[in-house]
Amino acid sequence: MTLKTDTLDLTRRGLLGMGAGAMLVSVTPLAALAEEEDLQAAVRKAFGNRPMTDEKVTMTLPPISENGYSVPLSVRVDSPMTDADHITQIAIFSPRNPRPDLVRFQLGPRAGKADISTRIRLSGTQRLVAIAEDNQGRLWRGGAETMVTLAACVIL
Amino acid sequence: MNNTRLAVPKTAKKDEIIEIKALIQHPMESGFRRGSRGEVIPRNIITAFECRYNDDVVFAADFFPAMSANPFLTFYTRAVESGTLVFKWTHENGEAWTDSAEITVT
Repeated sequence: MTLKTDTLDLTRRGLLGMGAGAMLVSVTPLAALAEEEDLQAAVRKAFGNRPMTDEKVTMTLPPISENGYSVPLSVRVDSPMTDADHITQIAIFSPRNPRPDLVRFQLGPRAGKADISTRIRLSGTQRLVAIAEDNQGRLWRGGAETMVTLAACVIL
Repeated sequence: MNNTRLAVPKTAKKDEIIEIKALIQHPMESGFRRGSRGEVIPRNIITAFECRYNDDVVFAADFFPAMSANPFLTFYTRAVESGTLVFKWTHENGEAWTDSAEITVT
């Protein structure tokens, strides 16, 4: 039995080209797009397709996270936090963790100020998104990026 | 066993915004890790936190597996009156832990 390479046109050069092409197409952009899509799906699940404004929300992450198991995160929303105008919830989303939902905070006018800090796990370098909802149902969005040297979940 | 740590000011002026820190010792096993023989380490996480100030919920949080071990929170509340702040952490299996702090508001 002979391999009919001529009909398939499987030359060495052709295969190399195909491989290189496939790598270019698949590795970087598609993976990043899929991650972004996971994040958007989680946001839609939590808030629907409502409009958001990229204002008021300030997220702080270290530029470099040496340990992905414990990354300090703080999120602050510019709001008077009065009975008439206050933030009711803040949700944090990740494009790259096994689950896009990281943590959700519920607060109200009694908080005095919308400023929360905690520690989270991140499985890789990524840009997180924080979405805050106020008592009038308006959504505010902010984000921050961090480079993770030792990713959570990947290693033991 | 006292597995929680709180930092709440003992005294505050009325309407002062006070900083609160709350920590509970817990592994928060995400369910995404594997042990040395490749077996999945079962998920074991606290999923809910709430802070009540004289019975009013002033802050709450939903934790997902992305919370680090020994989940730690810093948040704020307005000192409205003297009384007790009660903190409650609830595991996804229903087990709960509470801790409390007294505050005198002048």
